[in-house]
This record gives sequence, structure tokens and C-alpha cells, in this order.
Amino acid sequence: MKRLEEKIFKILMIGSTMLILSVLLYILFVIMKKGLPSLSWEMISQIPSGGFYLGKEGGILNAIMGSLYLIFFSVLISLMISVPVVMYLNFTLRRKSRLAAFARLTFDVLFGIPSIVYGAFGFTVMIFFGLQTSLLGGIIAISLLIIPVMIRSIDEVAILIPSELIEATKSLGATNYETIKVITRQLLPGISTAVLLSVGRGIGDAATVLFTAGYTDSIPTSLTQPAASLPLAIFFQLSSPVEEVQNRAYAAALILTIIILTLSFAARYFSRRLSKNKI
Amino acid sequence: MELMTPPLIVKQPKPIEKETADCHKPHIEVENLNLYIQNNHILKNINMAIPDKSITCIIGPSGCGKTTLLRTFNRLHDDSVDVKITGKLFVDCEDIYAKDTEVTHIRKKMGLLAQRPCSLPMSIIDNVVYGPRIHGVRGKRKLYEIARHQLHAVGLWDEVKDRLKSPASKLSIGQQQRLCLARGLAVEPEIILGDEATSALDPISSKTIEELFLSLKDKYTIVLVTHTLRQAKRIADYVAFMYLGELIEFGTADQVFNHPKHKLTKEYISGGFS
Amino acid sequence: MLKGRLLKDKIARHYMLFATVVSIFVLFLIGGGLLYKSLPIMEEKSLWTLLTTSNWRPFKGDFGFASYILSTLFVTGIAIVIALPLSLLTSIYIIEYASPRILRAFSSVVDLLSGIPPVIYGVWGTLTIVPFISEKLAPHFVEFSTGYSVLAGGIVLAIMIIPLIISILMEVFGAVPKEMREASMSLGATKWQTVKKVVVRKSIPGIVAATVLAISRAFGETIAVLMVCGNFTDLPKSIFDACYPIPALIANNYGEMMSVPQYESALMFAAFLLFFIIVVFNVISRLVLIQIDKRYQL
Repeated sequence: MKRLEEKIFKILMIGSTMLILSVLLYILFVIMKKGLPSLSWEMISQIPSGGFYLGKEGGILNAIMGSLYLIFFSVLISLMISVPVVMYLNFTLRRKSRLAAFARLTFDVLFGIPSIVYGAFGFTVMIFFGLQTSLLGGIIAISLLIIPVMIRSIDEVAILIPSELIEATKSLGATNYETIKVITRQLLPGISTAVLLSVGRGIGDAATVLFTAGYTDSIPTSLTQPAASLPLAIFFQLSSPVEEVQNRAYAAALILTIIILTLSFAARYFSRRLSKNKI
Repeated sequence: MELMTPPLIVKQPKPIEKETADCHKPHIEVENLNLYIQNNHILKNINMAIPDKSITCIIGPSGCGKTTLLRTFNRLHDDSVDVKITGKLFVDCEDIYAKDTEVTHIRKKMGLLAQRPCSLPMSIIDNVVYGPRIHGVRGKRKLYEIARHQLHAVGLWDEVKDRLKSPASKLSIGQQQRLCLARGLAVEPEIILGDEATSALDPISSKTIEELFLSLKDKYTIVLVTHTLRQAKRIADYVAFMYLGELIEFGTADQVFNHPKHKLTKEYISGGFS
Repeated sequence: MLKGRLLKDKIARHYMLFATVVSIFVLFLIGGGLLYKSLPIMEEKSLWTLLTTSNWRPFKGDFGFASYILSTLFVTGIAIVIALPLSLLTSIYIIEYASPRILRAFSSVVDLLSGIPPVIYGVWGTLTIVPFISEKLAPHFVEFSTGYSVLAGGIVLAIMIIPLIISILMEVFGAVPKEMREASMSLGATKWQTVKKVVVRKSIPGIVAATVLAISRAFGETIAVLMVCGNFTDLPKSIFDACYPIPALIANNYGEMMSVPQYESALMFAAFLLFFIIVVFNVISRLVLIQIDKRYQL
């Protein structure tokens, strides 16, 4: 009886593992099969001509550059917020501080908030300040989205810093700020992993940029112009009746996937390599 | 603040902000010190005076509050929410628990040697000169000289001089502990605090550290928490015996070990309990 | 010198405090902002009407959210029902039974794929799941289905959250100390009994946490669902009917909402609804987790 139950479950477990593995690999296969034929130099080096929805010529450079601009500035802003927050929670506030506990709960909740809500909120903020859909709006919304991701991810590593290290530094007469500078070195692998994670989350999200950054055929030259992005390039162009345009969507999907996979690989590589130099 | 004068002559450093010019108190003086963690009374009304330029060993069974007491000396309890401290603690006649006392210069006066060596995440040389650097010493040569001098002082120079730039974490535990001592000495402290500083080390390394303490005591006030009676017997000038948060007896090593006044002390040093 | 250092320290302290307060404040700002924006519609219609009627005619002033709310619940429910058992079985197998080599390979695959953005799942869903439902599955049950349906949304969401759940569960099961397993085995328990009675029991808080995160993610997912669920405003009668979850509603109508004053307010109310449900859900589950943790510590 005991054996039978174990046997049944073992079959179920192996079955579900195979199922999940094959579905996940099948997704990659489909994206590659659809995207590879349309991927060309023209695709990644030109902006669409004749309108992104109907024009048959051109590529998706507008979306690639837009996404890069959006994510670069968002990550920069998020770093300037997240790192100080984590340092404050872990190394400035006293241990077991109520504020720290409350802050962590808040960030957990913020982490769970759907991206569409950030998008909608970003949109109302923009209206409040009289902004049109623009690169700046997109940057604000994406920053809101990834700040909790970054904080949680750095915090996870910061908690592991031994209190001896803090005491060793402080007993040399270092101020709190100087102690934090030492700890930052120790946290660098954690921070780089957090950045890669946030880039992945931010660059792939469509709902935040839908209202805020908008979509355009051209590459933005200032913060107040709208910016295209890869997820929206996929979303909008996939629904076009023109086959060439749909192919642009598939190409964009493949590029986005490649970016994400590269980021994941890099994150794994980083956290493995850099942890060797940790104490 | 040009403190870093030529190497090899370690001056007795002057306290940065001496409160009173004519200070005749002992180097560290504890007055009616009480410490509570949450509602537990951990240190009970401690009074003691630790004399200048000598080795004082704090002994007692584990859990008696030795380490807690040591950590009050450089205010390492500051970061814990549930720790309450009452009473006074004078270092160079300055009450370090007074409201307006600035903590970094107190800590600068004391080098701490923890139970396990804790090297900072940087190279060997950067570890040693970290303190001087943050306290304002500039100049590559000057910093190098400080590192060389302090590494010499702890007998580590010959072992590491060829790899000063490699990460400190690559050293053995014993070497790291000596590095930590060098790092502590480099800020020119007056006091060295050791929290069972040899307990994680192999016998040879701990012998080296012990000998270092003995050679350093004519320049520094050394306070050590130790779990091993034999170590205290070997190196202590003064001994403080603690039991259940109370200071039972304080006196010269000779007096405490050979003519203990208190019954508990007698039992403890004769191995009656541990 | 010391003064300068202390000043730097002070500035840093203030900046850090500022960053912390601001980022905490964001939560309240979002809640407050969306609530403020949705006040006009709430003044006009009672909360009850908004939540329980399903008439949606923005240009006539009818705003009933019932069908959107139900759609969201259906899709999320299907996703969890599919994803949770599969993830549990798989992560138990990988951690407890599989060889270390498979463990390593599998966890890399899961790690890599948990970052794939929703829009990619959406593309895959329209290319494979939708035609599959319309051509192969639905004809057995109903007369006609376009494939863009509740079921398609649920499946795509399930596949999207599976890597997320598995990566948390693998960590949770992996954190159960080896000694605990050995203790159970040395009392004569079989491997499976040990897994069931020790590993899973010990991991319940982690399993709850993973489920909460998965539900939050599925509940608010926009693009992936939007692409496969048909976006048709009506109460779905079967899982092969099209549906219209709240996030999709917001995303699809932002363009025209500015033309009708109440429309904007209604959509912001929808966003507030999502926000509110997620926050309450997260806070409650956090409290539950604390309770479970307490019980398990004893």
C-alpha cells in the first residue's frame, strides 16, 4: 500500500516535470521558429517606414533604442533609491527596528502590485503635471515598477552581511557612512544581480509603458518625446493584418527573449564568480 | 591632524579630545554600570578601574557577561534596540555614555580583536590602512609605511610582504587575526580589547598572539576576555572574575590566583565549575 | 577633519532616510491617487452597483464591473489550479528524487525562463494554445469557440507562473535541513512518507508564500491575458467563452477614456480595485504566515 502510493506519485512527479520542461522548451522553440526567419540586419538597424502598424518596410530599431533608453534611466534612478534604502534598513536603523519591519512589508506589497496599476498611476501623475506620453513618463513608471524588485533583491543579500564585519569597521572608528562604503563592496555581486533582475523585469513589461511612454516610429531625442519599446512592438504589430508587420513582432519577440536569456546567464555567472571573492 | 610620524617609533598617542587636562583617574573606569537586554538584567552594578599599560583579563564561566561587558567599552551595543545601559563608563576621564559624547573617537581609541578574525573585503594592505585612511591620513608612501610598520609589529610582514594586494580573506585564520590586530593598531589606539581573541585559532597562532599582547603591554592598555584560565595565568597583570553578571573579584593576577578573597573565585580557579 | 566626516555621515543618513520614506510613501501615494481619481464614479454610483452589475456602456453612463471581476477570478483560478499541483509535484521530484545533475540542469532552465516577459507568453499563447483550443479541444464540448477564451487565459497564465512558483518551492524544500530527513528515515519511514510528513509539512509557510506571490502575479497580469482571452464584455458561460479581465479592460481603453469624463474615473476605479485587492490579500497572507510560523516554531 505504502509502496503503491509512492509509485503513483513518483509517476505523477516525473510526468509533471517532463510536461513543464517540454512546455518551457517548446515556448523557446516557437519563438525561435517564428522569429529567426524575420531577423535580419535590416530589422535591427532601421526604423519602420510607412507607419509601424501598416508599413511593410523597415525594422524595429525604434523599439530597441526606446527600450534601452527607458531601462537605462530607470535602473539609474532605481539604484539611487534602492541602495540607500537597503543600507538604511540594514546598517543604520537598529536591529529589530519597527520602521524596518514596516518598510519591508511595504516593499513586499509594492512588489506584488500589478504593472498595469503602476502604468495607470504613472499616467495620472503625468496628467497631473501636464505631461504627454513620453520617455520621461515611461522612465517614471518603470522606476516605480523595479524599485521594489531591486530593494528586495539587494536586501536579501544585505541581511547576510555578518554583524562582525560592521563591528570590525565601527570599532576602527568609522562613521556609519564609512561603514556602509565598506559594506557596499561586499554587496557588489548582490547589487549587480539585482540590476540584472530589474533590467529583465523592466525591459519586458508592456503594461507600464502602454500609457506612459506611448509608441512611435522614431527614436526619441528628448525626454518629452514618446518612446517605442520592445514589448509594445510585439503587442501592437502582432495584431496588424499585414504579414510583414507581424514578422516585425516575431523578430522583436526573439530579440526580447535573447536579451532576457543573456541577462539570466549573466546574473548566474556574476553571482557565481563574484561570490568567490567574498569573505 | 598629522599623527603619522616616522615608523618604528610608536609614540604613546595623545587622546584627541581630552576633557580635563589633569586627569588622574585610571584609564578605564566603570561606575555602577547596569545593562539590560529586554528585561533581563545582564550586567549588575559593575564597578571597576582598569589601570594603564597592563593586561587585564576578564574571566568567568560562559554566560556570565564577560563579552557583554567588553562590548560596553566601545559602545558596540549602540545598534541594538533592546539593550539599556545605566551608569557611567569613563575612558580618559570622559564619560562615554554621556549624552553628547561622539562615538567614533571613542572607538578610535580602542582596537577590538573579535573572537573570529573579520577581515574587511579588501586587500591586505588596504585592511591595515583602512583606519588611518578614514581618519584622514593621505599619501601612498605614508600609508605604506604605516602598513609595513604595523605588519612588522604583529610579525606578519615577512609572510605577506609579497602579496600585499591580494585579498585579506586568502590568509589563514591565524594570519587574519594578526592582520586584524595590525589593523586595530594602525589607528593608534590606547586600548586593545580582545574578545576571546585566540579561541578560534590553532595553538601556535594563539601563542603568537599571546606573545604579541605581552610585547604590546608597555604601550597599550589591554583588556582581554578569556575562557581559558591558563591563558589568564600566563599573561594577566590584573584579573576580573565575573559570575552571573556580577563582578565578584578584581585584583592583581597574583592576588586573585594565589589568594582569592571570595569563595566563588576560589572554586572557579581550582576548576570547581566552569 | 572629524567634523567633515561627521557632516558627511549626517548627510548620508538624511538622504537614506529620505529615500526610505519616499519609497514607502509610494504605496500610499498610489492608493490615494487612484482612489482620488475614482471618486467621481463612486459618487455617482454606489459601490454595490459598480461591483455587482455587468452592464458596460461607457457612452451611456453604465459602468458595471461584475463581468470583469468574474473574468479575472476565473482566469486566475484556472491558472492556480493548473500551476500549483504541477509545480509542487515537479519541485518535490527535483529536490528529493532527482540526481544532482538533473537538479542543476533543471534549476538553470527554470531560472532562465522565470525571467521571460509576459508578452512572450502571450505570443506563444496566440500561436499555439488558442488554435489548439479552437480546433482540437473545444469541438468536443461546445459548438464553436474562437479559442480566445477563459481557458486560454488560464493556461497561458499557469505556464507563466509555473517557473516562478517552482523557483521559490525549490528553495523552500532545499532549505529543509538534511538532519530532519535523516531523523525521519532512521525511524523507519519510507522516502515518500518522509517527504509527505516532514519535508512538505515543514515547508507549508513557504508553499503559502509562493502561492500568494503566484496569485498576485496572475491576478494583475495584463498583456499575456489580454492577448489570448478575447476581450468580450459578457459573463462567460463556459471556459471556452471569451472573457475580459480587469487589467485587460484598463489596457484596452486608455486611449479613448479621456473623451468621456466618467470613463476615466471608471477605469481608475478598476485600477484602484486591483490595487486594493492585491494589498489586502498580501497583508492578510502576511499575517497568516506569521501565525503559521509561530505555530511551527514550537
